[in-house]
Amino acid sequence: MPGHMENILQVRDLTVQYQPVNGMPHLAVDQISFDIGSAEVVGLMGESGCGKTSIALTLLGLLPKDHASVAGSISFRGQELLAMDERSLQRIRGAEISIMSQEPGISLSPVLRVGDQVAEVFRAHRDWGWKQCRAEAESMLARVGLQDTARIFSAYPHQLSGGQLQRVVLAQALACNPALLIADEPTASLDACSQASFLALLTELKEQFHLSILLISHTPEIQASLADRLLVMKEGRIIEEGSFGEIYRNPRQLYTRAMLRRDVDAQAIEFSDQDLVAYRDIL
Amino acid sequence: MAMKYIRRRLVHAAILLIAISILSFALLQLAPGDYFDAMRMNPLISAQTVNGLRTEYGLDRPLAVRYEHWLVSVLRGELGFSIAYNSPVGPLIWVRARNTLLLTCGATVLAWLLAIPVGTWSAKKRGTLADRACGVAMSTFLTIPDLLLYLCLLLLAVRTGWFPAGGMISPGASSLGFWSKAKDVALHLLLPCVGLALTITPMLVRHIRSALIDVLESRFIRAARANGISGTRVLFRYAWPVAANPLISLLGFSIGTMLSASVLVEVILSWPGLGPLLVEAIFARDVYVVIGVVMLSSVFLVAGNLFADLLLLANDPRIRVE
Amino acid sequence: MIARPHQPLLRVEHLGMNHVQRHGVTNARLIVQAFADVNLTIYPGTTVALVGESGAGKSSLARCLALLEKPAEGEFWFDGVNLLALYGRALFPMRRKIQMIFQDPTSALNPRLTAGEIIAEPLLIHGQGTKAQRREQALNVMQQVGLPRKCERKTALEFSGGQRQRLAIARALILEPKLLILDEALSSLDIANQKMILKLLTDIQAARSLTYLHISHDLRLVSRFAEVVAVMHGGKIVEQGLAANLFAEPQHPYTQELLAAMPSLESICQERFA
Repeated sequence: MPGHMENILQVRDLTVQYQPVNGMPHLAVDQISFDIGSAEVVGLMGESGCGKTSIALTLLGLLPKDHASVAGSISFRGQELLAMDERSLQRIRGAEISIMSQEPGISLSPVLRVGDQVAEVFRAHRDWGWKQCRAEAESMLARVGLQDTARIFSAYPHQLSGGQLQRVVLAQALACNPALLIADEPTASLDACSQASFLALLTELKEQFHLSILLISHTPEIQASLADRLLVMKEGRIIEEGSFGEIYRNPRQLYTRAMLRRDVDAQAIEFSDQDLVAYRDIL
Repeated sequence: MAMKYIRRRLVHAAILLIAISILSFALLQLAPGDYFDAMRMNPLISAQTVNGLRTEYGLDRPLAVRYEHWLVSVLRGELGFSIAYNSPVGPLIWVRARNTLLLTCGATVLAWLLAIPVGTWSAKKRGTLADRACGVAMSTFLTIPDLLLYLCLLLLAVRTGWFPAGGMISPGASSLGFWSKAKDVALHLLLPCVGLALTITPMLVRHIRSALIDVLESRFIRAARANGISGTRVLFRYAWPVAANPLISLLGFSIGTMLSASVLVEVILSWPGLGPLLVEAIFARDVYVVIGVVMLSSVFLVAGNLFADLLLLANDPRIRVE
Repeated sequence: MIARPHQPLLRVEHLGMNHVQRHGVTNARLIVQAFADVNLTIYPGTTVALVGESGAGKSSLARCLALLEKPAEGEFWFDGVNLLALYGRALFPMRRKIQMIFQDPTSALNPRLTAGEIIAEPLLIHGQGTKAQRREQALNVMQQVGLPRKCERKTALEFSGGQRQRLAIARALILEPKLLILDEALSSLDIANQKMILKLLTDIQAARSLTYLHISHDLRLVSRFAEVVAVMHGGKIVEQGLAANLFAEPQHPYTQELLAAMPSLESICQERFA
């Protein structure tokens, strides 16, 4: 396990509440605290709708301000993210904290060439000319393991496969050498073979870029392949945390056992009335 | 590849125009009366004279024959003969059409120039008080009858004297130099242009606003922002090209209906375009003028749609391969 | 669990289907083969899984078997009836017997209808019963899938993902089909919900003597419950057989590749943390 001397991210008592226009307020994240060290992979595992994506969006300040209220503290490399204005957050997004969402197909503009979209990230954070941005973008595509980079650079998203698109999105995320990568269900839309190679790629790039990863996934196999530490989330709260090996050998909560595929009678798991969710998922 | 597409569309267009011409001919025949009705009412003119005139102008021939003669005339560039003006329809329409094009193009450009920033701003500020106020203003403009709006503009011109109250050039202006004449025309153009633009803008704003709101909620916009790309760049490089698709179709449609939209403003503010010509011709049963204007309107429609489709092809790579 | 004395419920031979795409500009036709030369036999009461990567043609095959599209060639026998010989209205009563559950329950359910209306809709389409009878039947099926009766008036969007899938299952069951095709129906659910839905499916399978055809790209998921597995690659079925045999000794190189790309949780943990 890599020795993480300092924590690059410290989250304390984070609370996110959604207030949709017509509906009841919904507490998505309830007093969550966790740390992420440098070059550490922290896995966030839980059912859909338990607040995982809300955390990711809150870290980047991308929640709609009028529908959501946030409380608590997020300290990234000493800076308090929740107190930052939009301009400073823009400088951090993509350059120091990046996010890679599921369904890469819809995370890219359908009318722009894929290479240009990677170049845009360089353009936003570096003082280079457009030509240089494009050149760097093409080399970035090679770094994420794409063959035939010239063709892919000028292709549109609808001309590429799911695996290729996921690598393009990864190229965007890693372009400006961030310290933290938030991977939200990175292999959800990939088939088995693409999944395996993508996870191998992530492991390799993690070493190369000295990257910390917040890995959000409900699939235990993916967490097992990458995560150093695991946070198990249920209904907005972290119910169990520790190193992955520890939790796997000795899961304490019934819910954790179920999520880790231990044989547990599914009926015995309590799902509260949150099952009837009275708000529309705005994410 | 585009050439093949254009060729195919032009063939469709030609077939469409021929069909429209046949239909217009037939429908006008159904309308009761002809140009000489007024004369027939007059007791001083004998029925013989009227019939003689009718034969002279070929109005007693069967429909198919008249259509054939008209087609030949179209190929010659004359588009039939106007009994009221005693001249071929072609040159008559051409002069008027130029004026109408000037007015409608100016109004379309003005309307879109107004609607784009208002619609964009409205979409960004969606839900706020300012946005709602804007929505109310647009609805008000939408409900005001065009006639009332034009009459108000006319009133403004007459009462204040800042603008000419009609026409295209001031009397005696034809002897002035090019720039002075241009300035004069522009001054006359201002009111009708603004009036026509104001009738188009509210609907445009609504469409632009809703198209943008739709796009701004997309995942790829959020992803672009998550990569640290600034709000302005996201708007212009990411949101607008995708939101443009339905708007391009709207543009094509509005080009097509330009002619009918301008009729009222031309009549009220006395702009010498196709509008007043058409109205007169309808009342006088000047058949070939009416058909000529209808055909011109169809050409605009087809051209507008073709233009919009080409723009769509250029804008959206997904359409190029289905 | 596999009883073979009966006739097969579904039998397709040399089934093939093409997609016709039109180029947006030149209007040229591009014929893409979705799948070809597919032979599949499904016996009643079994759970069959069709596995393959995206683009391999399994969704097209599923839609074909669900009578949503017409195949270009081959034979299609269901319950002793030659389906390809039937057209239009004659095919209508057969549609009750084959029902389909889709991957995304949110887009498969009409957001403007209440849960009760959604479930009763198939009865309405087939002109069965009075309004009160339909409602009663809908409520019964709701209970069978584990949704409380009081949810009847809630709209589809007010349910969580797992419950929406239950709703979709209820809607499929109300016509008492013989074959249920589940097209990636579990893929969008998390582990716990997957377990619950699978348990539900197992429970009702015995009660209603249903046959399942699962379509999935996730071999790992399918290995937990499938009895018969067919592997699809490039529009053809490359290997099929009893699940136990297939996982123990895969014959086709593609199957071997798939299995190699999906180590089990235990083996991953052993390798990393041993």
